[in-house]
Amino acid sequence: MELVKIEKLVDKYLNAETTLQEETILKNYFTGDFVAPHLQEYKAMFTYFANTKDEKFTKTIQLEPKKSKKINFKWLSVAASITLLFTVFVGKPKYDEYKERKQAEKIYAQVTKGLQMLSKNLQKGENAIAQLNTYESKVNNALKLIN
Amino acid sequence: MNQSDFLKVVLPFKDKVFRLAKRLLVSTEEAEDATQELYFKLWKSKEKIADYKNVEAFAMTMTKNYCYDRLKSKQASNLTLVHSNYKEKDTSLDKKVEVNDSVNKVHELIENLPENQKIIIQLRDIEEYDFDEICKMVDMKPTAVRVALSRARKTIREELIKTHNYGVS
Repeated sequence: MELVKIEKLVDKYLNAETTLQEETILKNYFTGDFVAPHLQEYKAMFTYFANTKDEKFTKTIQLEPKKSKKINFKWLSVAASITLLFTVFVGKPKYDEYKERKQAEKIYAQVTKGLQMLSKNLQKGENAIAQLNTYESKVNNALKLIN
Repeated sequence: MNQSDFLKVVLPFKDKVFRLAKRLLVSTEEAEDATQELYFKLWKSKEKIADYKNVEAFAMTMTKNYCYDRLKSKQASNLTLVHSNYKEKDTSLDKKVEVNDSVNKVHELIENLPENQKIIIQLRDIEEYDFDEICKMVDMKPTAVRVALSRARKTIREELIKTHNYGVS
């Protein structure tokens, strides 16, 4: 390939006016063994382009997504909501029972306290009456003696 | 469209998809993930693919958009690109092509180009698509594509001359 022609093509190439065929000519020239010294920079460029085109995607492509985490999360949330519903169903009566018992205990304590107070006061009354009784008998004895 | 028909249509350009993804995302792993993800997407829209005249151009456009999205989300989450394995690739490239600094330099220079110039030079100089296809893939007017390509080529050449003092023989 004449150098003049290559130089012309290179100018066109820089202005992005070359066709694919012309670029193939350039590619062949610059990846070849002999490159004119004043065009060395193109050797680097075209060698790089050619090398890069050899890079391959080596992994195998999977079309079916492997069981992705998204699906797991979906089922997890379903399971979680079911568990929640279940606990609410079972838990609600239990909780009510617990609340009831708590209240009953409270009432029981109050009643006991009231009854204790009542019994204390009754005791006081009883003592007073016992004292009165002794007074009365003493008074009766005295009266008997006087009579 | 069954699986083997689909694969017949889409497998021939898997390397091109991968290389474009790698050009934009830099790291090999990212590019592999992107390629895999893209083929999922293509497989999912396989019914539509049958209607497309140019599946390859469609796939390249998808790749470009997908990589842009990845880059955007990466910027948003403040992750930096992993450059480590691009070094690694350079050394293997070294062995392949006799030690040649300036060839590696080209890689670096393309890396530093603006996004659209990067894509266009990838599509034209490496994948050798014609201008009509490139216009479709990047959704730009032919003149704009030519201007971007010309700029990219000139930048690379000038930088190469600067760093290696070529042409001053």
